Amino acid sequence: MNAKGTVFKYGDNVDTDVIIPARYLNSSDPAELATHCMEDIDKEFIKKVKKGDLIVADKNFGCGSSREHAPIAIKAAGVSCVIAETFARIFYRNAINIGLPIIECPEAAKGIEAGDEVEVDFDSGVITNLTKRTTFKGQPFPEFMQRIIAAEGLVNYINNK
Amino acid sequence: MGMTMTQKILAKAAGLERVEAGQLIEARLDLVLGNDITSPVAIKEMEKMKVDGVFDKDKIALVPDHFVPNKDIKSAEHCKCVREFARRNDITNYFEVGEMGIEHALLPEKGLTVPGDVIIGADSHTCTYGALGAFSTGVGSTDMAAGMATGKAWFKVPSAIRFKLVGRPSKWVSGKDVILHIIGMIGVDGALYKSMEFVGEGVANLSMDDRFTIANMAIEAGGKNGIFPVDELTRSYLEEHAARGYEIFEADEDAVYDEEYTIDLSTLRPTVSFPHLPENTHTIDEIREMDDIVIDQVVIGSCTNGRLDDLRIAAEVLKDRHIKKGMRCIIIPATQKIYMQAMEEGLLKTFIEAGAVVSTPTCGPCLGGYMGILAEGERCVSTTNRNFVGRMGHVNSEIYLASPAVAAASAVTGIISCPCEL
Repeated sequence: MNAKGTVFKYGDNVDTDVIIPARYLNSSDPAELATHCMEDIDKEFIKKVKKGDLIVADKNFGCGSSREHAPIAIKAAGVSCVIAETFARIFYRNAINIGLPIIECPEAAKGIEAGDEVEVDFDSGVITNLTKRTTFKGQPFPEFMQRIIAAEGLVNYINNK
Repeated sequence: MGMTMTQKILAKAAGLERVEAGQLIEARLDLVLGNDITSPVAIKEMEKMKVDGVFDKDKIALVPDHFVPNKDIKSAEHCKCVREFARRNDITNYFEVGEMGIEHALLPEKGLTVPGDVIIGADSHTCTYGALGAFSTGVGSTDMAAGMATGKAWFKVPSAIRFKLVGRPSKWVSGKDVILHIIGMIGVDGALYKSMEFVGEGVANLSMDDRFTIANMAIEAGGKNGIFPVDELTRSYLEEHAARGYEIFEADEDAVYDEEYTIDLSTLRPTVSFPHLPENTHTIDEIREMDDIVIDQVVIGSCTNGRLDDLRIAAEVLKDRHIKKGMRCIIIPATQKIYMQAMEEGLLKTFIEAGAVVSTPTCGPCLGGYMGILAEGERCVSTTNRNFVGRMGHVNSEIYLASPAVAAASAVTGIISCPCEL
């Protein structure tokens, strides 16, 4: 499994309130949530994002509320992978559970800039910055997590077992 | 090597002699919680699972509290989804408008959270019940769905940071100031993935409501849970509230901690978190040296600070005073019981005479839902828990997090103030 696309880059402590503001939480429809994804931090994001693109951020990505609507909105916006120096723990669980691939890799978070073309190999954990011709070694997903992601989430994974 | 308090609770729930930090375990759950925002997503997920129903109708709590009484048609649909699921599955602890409260104030009050419990909730402030010596942590909707279906959840056993509290806080310093001080010290990811264990002789000088406030905001330091030892005060609280028996756990004497801090409560000052992160803290003395911070609104309430102690202190400040002309002050008792007690003690009369409005229990403005949304450029002093960009309204509005004492004093002066200055 691979991800490949253009990078949207953010800083430290991107919280779930800016990923999907609570004023839109009266909906739980992924497509509708996606139209407001990152709205309060980057109004251009949803206009520019293409299927397969990646988000790269610094420390503590996804901090704050437990709303699963946050990774759902990111995934429904077409993002194929989020790479960060660290993730907030509830966001981390939620992302895996809904089948959004995420990788902790401080070196990649530092060595990738907005607009870079990046490719991720989930089997090996290798992150390649195609624009800068550099590679980083992230933690590969254990097999069961790869299966959860391939099944598009924990529920399907449980049902398939 | 000994285990921390959290590790001992998790070991028992996993049926293991011992666990260590980093170990993956599957634990049985004593309670699974959801609200009107997270439950509909969980219900949808659970319905996709090939299961007959919930694992135990008595061990699930559904509390519509974020957007109730329904703020619009879409929220009404969400609440309807939760209500119908509760009815279909005969859920014992479903709390309708009229009996509900903000979930993390309501469940301890109803005696549904007791020491030694393992609790997951699809709400990040589920960590509140650590005040009672329980392991409780926030999860997402899918984890909630799996918890409702199976009564189990997997956890990575956390390591811990130990906060040794000594001394007695001075007048106008509360649990809110303690936790804001700690978050200012270690940062919003200072306890990422870890337990925050609060110990020491100073714990005895904190009321139960102070402890709920402190445990509640463990997540604001990135913590997996916050937890207090069970002492005399906890026992007397439980005597009044607990709906079932409980087991008390204590950390081993040779438990290992990643870090240890000693905090002298007597040296703490009223503390305020500036926009847009809870770690941007300043003491009231530092604020006095700055230009006046003129505010438009005050909110006193939420799962962090909507309890009786909080309302009493706000009333003490507002008694025989008036909200500054042109300011709005919104006060939200966290549960129906607190609302009633506040009425019986005359607190509501004090608030209304001071020019504040009093609302039925709701999370409302804390997360920018309704009941006090901010316009562009407006500033709010709030006893809530997050001051992120756009959290309470317009993306160019500002939230200053503070204690009920500071919030009430600021409502009187119209600038960020300490009651000691009135």
